[in-house]
Amino acid sequence: MKLSREEVKHIALLARLGLSEAEIEKFRIQLSDILEQFEILKQLDTTDLPPTAQSIALQNVLRPDEARASYPVKDIMDNAPQRDGNCFKTRAVLE
Amino acid sequence: MNDLHQLTISQAHQLLKEKRISSVELTKAILARLTKVEDKVHACVTISEDAALEQAKNADKAIGSGKIKPLTGIPALIKDVMCTKGIKTTCSSKILGNFIPPYDATVIEKLKASKAVILGKTNMDEFAMGSSTENSAFFTTRNPWDLDRVPGGSSGGSAVAVATDEAIYALGSDTGGSIRQPAGFCSVVGLKPTYGRVSRFGLVAFASSLDQIGPITKNAADCALVLNVIAGHDPRDSTSAPYPVPDYTKALIPDLKNLRIGIPKEYFVEGIQKEVRESIEAAIKKLEELGAKIDWDASLPHTKYALAAYYILAPSEASANLARYDGVKYGFSYQDTSNMWEAMEKTKQFGFGAEVKRRIMLGTYALSAGYYDAYYLKAQKVRTLIRREFDQAFEKYDALVTPTSPTVPFKLGEKVDDPIQMYLSDVCTLPINIAGLPAIAVPAGFADGLPIGMQIIGKPFDEETILHIAFAYEQATDWHRRKPPI
Repeated sequence: MKLSREEVKHIALLARLGLSEAEIEKFRIQLSDILEQFEILKQLDTTDLPPTAQSIALQNVLRPDEARASYPVKDIMDNAPQRDGNCFKTRAVLE
Repeated sequence: MNDLHQLTISQAHQLLKEKRISSVELTKAILARLTKVEDKVHACVTISEDAALEQAKNADKAIGSGKIKPLTGIPALIKDVMCTKGIKTTCSSKILGNFIPPYDATVIEKLKASKAVILGKTNMDEFAMGSSTENSAFFTTRNPWDLDRVPGGSSGGSAVAVATDEAIYALGSDTGGSIRQPAGFCSVVGLKPTYGRVSRFGLVAFASSLDQIGPITKNAADCALVLNVIAGHDPRDSTSAPYPVPDYTKALIPDLKNLRIGIPKEYFVEGIQKEVRESIEAAIKKLEELGAKIDWDASLPHTKYALAAYYILAPSEASANLARYDGVKYGFSYQDTSNMWEAMEKTKQFGFGAEVKRRIMLGTYALSAGYYDAYYLKAQKVRTLIRREFDQAFEKYDALVTPTSPTVPFKLGEKVDDPIQMYLSDVCTLPINIAGLPAIAVPAGFADGLPIGMQIIGKPFDEETILHIAFAYEQATDWHRRKPPI
């Protein structure tokens, strides 16, 4: 499985991950090599097997729908890169 | 007493209980030790000296009024992937370089409820992705047994801290071997509990179906003491198991009569270093002398598929988990742009290191339209095969024994640009995360002064048996008492 530069750029776009030209080339080679290692899984017939998402048998764990205290607004906002009062400041989504 | 830093948890507890030392004295002794060796090994990202001394004073008050628990007043270091309220939690990443959590992880709450002393945070591979701690965005941690070699990873800082007596014990996290491989490389004890045994609330997520927090200690008895405190159900982690927690110290019995131990032959082929094989075989013979029934012909034929399955599952989950670092709510944020998408892309480009980007790319690819069935779903089905195979083996055996890693610690820089070689370093440990099982790494020998670790794997929620075997082995050997030349 050899990836093209275009494919690498497409994956980066899906992840919204910026890459330099050098990184695109490096990852094109490295990811192709790693994908080649995955070919070994084709030796296994898994048609009738159920998938395992995680290893303990707990399903649909719910908590009571009760109001509880949140973390202090100040503690949360102190980590904001940009703020306006108690609002997170970000770029316009629709321009 | 000049060498308080060398104490184990049980020894320190005894001295504190008899009031022969105070927690403040012990904490100061450890901080002095830390100052002395940190320049050589670089295990710590943050030292919170003032907070630690304050906690030590409070511990002394509690001890004064007769309220002492096994971890009260004893100094620990925490891998920088667990949230500590008011103390920076960076994941050794530029993107969380200035992040101060507004809450404590459940394990930290539990340590604080025990009046433990938290000294600070340890270095790691960025977001716990790596096997050498070289992926830290800050600096490289060194192996105290040979400063030109890696300490293993991703919990390299925690393993080094315990090996060099910079802490009496430490916490690490393990997604594919990140507690056990560095414990093996540094000659300390490291336990990855069963998935669900210890709450992951407040553990920064890497691969949510594989991550688990566990202790790194100087011996098996200390490991049991820490697990007693951190294990248990937590309603804030929906994958935390609602099962009772036994007293793990009751499992510490020095003989292994009637225990059945399987040696899966697939862990002793392909690329295993001769000295590692010989040391582990000698260790297994020791287990036999202690009364265990050894089957040298156990087999887990799907082992060879685990690496590929792991490197689909873990990066896929990571790519979803790490999408949250968008530079809006917390962490590093690239500002020099006018457009939202560009800000997000540049934040990740300059905030994440190479390995994290590699795994985001790999996971995004494996989950993308047209590839999901061939990669992610396939890997989840292979996971079923691997788990079933372990379940079948545990019908015949009480535990399985393997090396923790196929080699001794490698040189700094040796594998850093070769991801596949680096990934192979975890080939003995990652099948255990895929199956969600508990496993412990214990010191089992040296090759030219470099540590070799033995891995003991148990049934789900049977940490008692692996602690039992580790303890019995330690009683009969002295590898765990050796100290690095530092």
